[in-house]
Amino acid sequence: MPENSVSADLQTGSDKMVEWTDFERDTIKDIFSMIEYDVVGPAALTRCLVVYPWTQRYFGGFGNLYNAAAIKGNPMVSKHGTTIMHGLDRAVKNLDDIENTYTELSVLHSEKLHVDPDNFKLLADCLTIVVAAQLGKKFTGEVQAAFQKFLAVVVSSLGRQYH
Amino acid sequence: MTTLTAKDKQTVKAFWAKVSGKSEDIGADAVARMLVVYPQTKIYFSHWPDQSPNSPAARKHGITVMMGVGDAVTKIDDLKEGLKELSQLHAFTLRVDPGNFKILSHNILVVMAVMFPTDFTPEVHVSLDKFLAAVSLALAEKYR
Repeated sequence: MPENSVSADLQTGSDKMVEWTDFERDTIKDIFSMIEYDVVGPAALTRCLVVYPWTQRYFGGFGNLYNAAAIKGNPMVSKHGTTIMHGLDRAVKNLDDIENTYTELSVLHSEKLHVDPDNFKLLADCLTIVVAAQLGKKFTGEVQAAFQKFLAVVVSSLGRQYH
Repeated sequence: MTTLTAKDKQTVKAFWAKVSGKSEDIGADAVARMLVVYPQTKIYFSHWPDQSPNSPAARKHGITVMMGVGDAVTKIDDLKEGLKELSQLHAFTLRVDPGNFKILSHNILVVMAVMFPTDFTPEVHVSLDKFLAAVSLALAEKYR
C-alpha cells in the first residue's frame, strides 16, 4: 500500500445504513453537478495510472500506456474514465443504499476483473485531487470531508462482495 | 517505493521553486484541512486554546510544517541524515503516530491541486507523493 493513500476506512455492517447530513447530501450532489464527467473521469484515471503505475495491470488490453503523455492521450483510458464517473453517478442518485446499488459492480470487480480492492482507494485519492483542481477554492475542507466520506462508502461497497 | 530518482528530485525542486512563495498559505490550508477532514488528528493539539482549523495556532503550525518541507527539499539527497533532529523531536517529544504523516501529506497534495491546478500535473504529483513519503519515512526513522 503506498505510504500516502488515505481514503478513510469505513466499516459498514450490512444492517447499518450510512447517515448523511443535509450538508453532505447537498455537497455531494453539487459537486457532481459542477464537474464534467468526460473531463474529470479521464483525468482521474490517467492520474491513477501515472501516480500508481502498478494499477496498469488491469488495462493490458488498452494499448500504449508507456508514459504519462501516452496514457493521457489514450482513447480507451478516456472512455473508461467516463464510464467510472457514470458508475459513481449511480451512487450519488442512491446515497441511502449505495451498498445494494453496487452489489453487481462489486461482484464484477472481484470475480471477473480481479481488481485488488486496495486499488479503489488509490483511484479515490486521485479523484479527490482532480476534483480539488477543478473546483479550486470551492473545494473547502468541509466539502473535501463530505466528498471523501462519499468515496469511502463507495470504496467499501465495491469491496463487499469479495471473498 | 521511496527511492527518489534523479528525475523525481529535479521535478520536486522545480515545482518547489514555483510554489515556495506561497508556502505559508499552503501549510496553513493543509493543516486546516487535516483538522476538518481527519478530526482524530486534533488530539495532538489539545493544548491549543482554539483548535478550530483557521485559528492563529493552526496557521502558525501550518507555516512551521511547510518550513520543514522546504528544508527537506534542500536535503533531498540524504533525508535520513538531514532530518535526524526532526525525527528525534517527533519520536521522543511529539510522539506523533507515523500514520498521520501520510494524512498530512495527502492534504498537502490536495492544496497543491487547489492552488496550482495547471502545474500540479500527474508527473509532478507522483514525484511529490514519493518525496513526501520519503520525508515521512525519514521523520519516523528514530521512532524505535
